Amino acid sequence: MSDPTPRSFINALPFANALGMVLEHVGDGRARISMDWDPRFVGDPTTGVIHGGAVSALMDTCGGAAVMSCPGALTTATIDLRIDYMRAATPGQRITAEAHCYHITRNVAFVRATAHDADAENPVATATGAFTFTRKEDR
Amino acid sequence: MPPPEPVQQVKHRRDTALRTLVDAIPYAGFLGIGFQRHGDELTGVLPYDDKLIGNPVLPALHGGVIASFLEVTAIVELTWAMLWEELESGRLTLGSMAENPLRLPRTIDFTVDYLRTGLPRDGYARARVNRSGRRYASVHVEAWQDNRARLFAQATGHFLMPQRDHG
Repeated sequence: MSDPTPRSFINALPFANALGMVLEHVGDGRARISMDWDPRFVGDPTTGVIHGGAVSALMDTCGGAAVMSCPGALTTATIDLRIDYMRAATPGQRITAEAHCYHITRNVAFVRATAHDADAENPVATATGAFTFTRKEDR
Repeated sequence: MPPPEPVQQVKHRRDTALRTLVDAIPYAGFLGIGFQRHGDELTGVLPYDDKLIGNPVLPALHGGVIASFLEVTAIVELTWAMLWEELESGRLTLGSMAENPLRLPRTIDFTVDYLRTGLPRDGYARARVNRSGRRYASVHVEAWQDNRARLFAQATGHFLMPQRDHG
């Protein structure tokens, strides 16, 4: 169920490339994007834990990809994003975010997302966000 | 009464402490974030770089870059506020700062409002600690580009404070 639009969407984002994000799945309002642990992304060297901002960038990109995979999506931008950090991501482990665009109005898309490391049962963070939504037929 | 401390000595202490703090965050270096200091007031600076772009068509800064800039500024401000008092009272010295790794606050939650498109130019941010208790802190951050009054993003975050060994 993948659509070429969201795939080119992430490949065209310089900052997503800078963080080494990989789009694993996208379609029908859902997206999964992952990124490797990297010493340059660490927020606290005493623990080696990735900075919250890098996790936030992953969740934001994943949320945007989920919105773009909704039928008729033309463009999107984040209105707001709240992230709850439940536990420290284990250093060295890949982080995977999964986002679901669970409701769309004429102009707004609502998204929930989670992020986990190798322990997929215990999320490292969850997020909720609102995104702008413009449709192809509106143009 | 002892003579006032020479101004160069005061500046050296404060600037070195600030540099030690910012250098302790690798991700801040990856993004190119720096801090300007006037007395105890800090301004985060995010110099423009092509890799920070999210939407190449507009072009616009990536939302994740903006969130990261705000969160780094909040954490640095919160830690700086904590260090400042210890540093100025002499309880903390540059020597002990160099020897002991800094213990940073941990983010509990962080909410970002994207008010305007982040333009492809430098960004600035200032954080205000609204509450700082022994265990929890609440911090608000504002970011702007060309005009201080036209914010392009703001955020509120809650943080778990590191437990201090002394003081």
